[in-house]
Amino acid sequence: MKYLHLIWAALFRRKSRTFLTLVSILAAFLLFGMLDATRAAFSSGGSVVGVDRLITTSRYSIIQSLPSSLATRMQAVPGVKTVGHANWFGGIYQDPKNFVLSFAVSDNYLDIYHEIQLSPEQRKAFETTRTGAIVGEALAKRFGWKVGDKVPLQSTIFPQRNGDKTWPFDIVGIYTPAKGAANGTDQQFFFHYKYFQEANAYRSLGDTVGWYAIQLTSADKADSVAKAIDALSANSDHETKTQTEQAFNASFAKQLGDIGLIVSAIMGAVFFTLILLTGNTMAQAVRERTNELAVLKTIGFSSRSVLGMVLAEGVLLLVLGGVLGLAIAAVLVPIVAKGSGGMLNLPPIGAQTWLLGIALMVAIGALVGALPAIRAMRLNIVDALAGR
Amino acid sequence: MKSFGTGLLMLLIVAVFLMVWIAMPWQGVVVLAAVLGLWMALTRRGRQTWQVTRVGLSTVTQRLGSSSVVVVGIAGVVGVLVAMLAMSEGFAETLRATGNDRTAIVLRGGSQAELNSVLDRDSANVVIQAPGVKKGADGKPVASSELVVVANLPRKGEPDSDANVPIRGVSGDVWALRDQVKIVEGRRFTPGLRELIVGKGAKAQFAGLDVGKSLRLAGQTWTVVGTFESHDALESELWGDTQSVASAYRRGSSVASVTVLLDSPAAFDTFKASLAADPRLKVDVSTTHDYFSKQSEGLTKVLRIVGITVGIIMAIGAVFGALNTMFAAIQARAREIATLRAIGFRGVPVVVSVMLETMLLALLGGAIGAGLVWVVFNGYSASTLGANFSQVVFRFHVSGDLLWTGIKWALAIGFIGGLFPAVRAARLPVTTALREL
Repeated sequence: MKYLHLIWAALFRRKSRTFLTLVSILAAFLLFGMLDATRAAFSSGGSVVGVDRLITTSRYSIIQSLPSSLATRMQAVPGVKTVGHANWFGGIYQDPKNFVLSFAVSDNYLDIYHEIQLSPEQRKAFETTRTGAIVGEALAKRFGWKVGDKVPLQSTIFPQRNGDKTWPFDIVGIYTPAKGAANGTDQQFFFHYKYFQEANAYRSLGDTVGWYAIQLTSADKADSVAKAIDALSANSDHETKTQTEQAFNASFAKQLGDIGLIVSAIMGAVFFTLILLTGNTMAQAVRERTNELAVLKTIGFSSRSVLGMVLAEGVLLLVLGGVLGLAIAAVLVPIVAKGSGGMLNLPPIGAQTWLLGIALMVAIGALVGALPAIRAMRLNIVDALAGR
Repeated sequence: MKSFGTGLLMLLIVAVFLMVWIAMPWQGVVVLAAVLGLWMALTRRGRQTWQVTRVGLSTVTQRLGSSSVVVVGIAGVVGVLVAMLAMSEGFAETLRATGNDRTAIVLRGGSQAELNSVLDRDSANVVIQAPGVKKGADGKPVASSELVVVANLPRKGEPDSDANVPIRGVSGDVWALRDQVKIVEGRRFTPGLRELIVGKGAKAQFAGLDVGKSLRLAGQTWTVVGTFESHDALESELWGDTQSVASAYRRGSSVASVTVLLDSPAAFDTFKASLAADPRLKVDVSTTHDYFSKQSEGLTKVLRIVGITVGIIMAIGAVFGALNTMFAAIQARAREIATLRAIGFRGVPVVVSVMLETMLLALLGGAIGAGLVWVVFNGYSASTLGANFSQVVFRFHVSGDLLWTGIKWALAIGFIGGLFPAVRAARLPVTTALREL
């Protein structure tokens, strides 16, 4: 630490070069921050509050529904606390572009998804209103909905019994997801399964549900409970597949494409270039200072502290540019998410991204500092001073 | 004040250049290059420029490390940009190729995708009998009532994964209707039996779809009897007989959509108008070209925006890398440039030669980046979730246009990265530079 001013002076010996290099590093880490947010947005398995939940779907296809009679049998499986269910509604608001993530849910759904937090009055209003709906904060903001509004949603799948494709809803609550909720929870729209079932034109759907959501008494029973539930309907015409909420979300995200792989490939290209670029800058900087380094050694700096100083210079360079870049990304990501109008749910840049980023900065800094640092350490004072 | 003015002027030059450059077609660039070549060959100033450039280029090998920063940096930008755009293009092209103007698709009103749509048998029959539908040799309208459902199948090499694979029940004259579909292995399915034919794309992506294999769908066993190719999005699908698929998925006699062959593309308006006027129907009618093109719009746009955004951020990094390299190069050649100026070379040859050197390095980088992507990714097959909530298999397409876009980006980065060092080189005070060690 006591050499910090020396390292700093060396780093800014040529201001313009250091500045240009810093901007390149900044760009690389800005990109790192934004891409990592994108990756996180698509790998939405990040809900920590959902570890004690299972999802049961049809084994054969996501579009096949399950008989509602399964619920009581599932409830009897040891380790199951609550069994709720949901149906996909496929709602759109006014224009096909305004897709609304909407679900018809069982009455106990809000007990299972306890991260959906409603005030007691709103909860009561939801329970007592047949056409009541609760919406996430971000969704309400997107369309300017308020409690008390009457909102017509069109379903791309289900017409009403009277042939009307538009379903009227009363907004009775706007919820704020609790901390740790999955990314995008605040973009959802929930209403009563009863209303859905009674007003639906497809009578045959009457005694089926889309999928089951199960709350466990404890998270470590997930495997055995999942097996027991699937055994209930084995060899029937409605075999089920039960998995943890996390596994379900992950497999769904994977269907969009391997976003993680694309992000890694881009970042690989970026960091490779960055190493070359900063490595070149560092080599140049040390070559220019051969004389000064020799003087340092002459007045008693050990070879090892010279090595350390050059290494530290590389790390400092990377950390300066990288932290600035990540900070800009941290500012930019929420703006982009807002600007996309709910299309892109980028989560804010979290501690994990920062940690990974800083680890990368230090590693790349040490890597690009290593060669010049070793050169500086091995420097022969006499040769260096003589300019040989 | 003066330096502030110059700075402003340079930024203006960069902005104007970028605007002109983005709008310029390839012919314009060829003309520019030809003019530059003629100028260097014919005028005195031009020949001087050529000489200075040659000297600069001959020293590139001595600055291999820093020159490669320019080349690799720009190769990275161009590579990522071209790969992202190739993905977007490939997806759009696959879906565009699926439809044409000679066939029309009819869905229940407001359903947007076949998976959401339900038409009862009576409606389907009304649609098939509508005016404008072409009659086959036997005098019957050429049409196919279809049903799309989704099945869970594992991906190749990942037995535990689930992918939503589309299964299309087809009927009637589908072979005349979709004449791009060719059986390449095995045979067609037999109507009434639980037999499937699989698209080449689906076969390549998902496990257990070889001819002769059987698979379980909706609790029943189906046999794969053939493989087909069509070079479009249909290749991601499994096809069976509509009746068999409907009974397996308990859809009764209803179907999802009806696709018909039109008398001619012009007959579409008659067809659409007659369905719209029919009080028994509430349907959406579009040509298959419109229907499938629309499905690619969203994702194509997102991929383009992401590709260009990432490209711009990387380009900023690369510009500063190039600036760094070229400033260092000028520094190293300061004495030599000053000597040239002292013996009478003017500023223009120096400016042009430095820019030329940067742009040549950039061109090399762009060519490497675009070439690598072309070699690795052209025809690379991938899949994503499409409008029917199921996988669409598509191929990356690195077109000539995209390669050209990449080269244009590379040259733009080279231009900006070379401009500032070039101007500094020309404005170097001769006396100080000569005195410098």
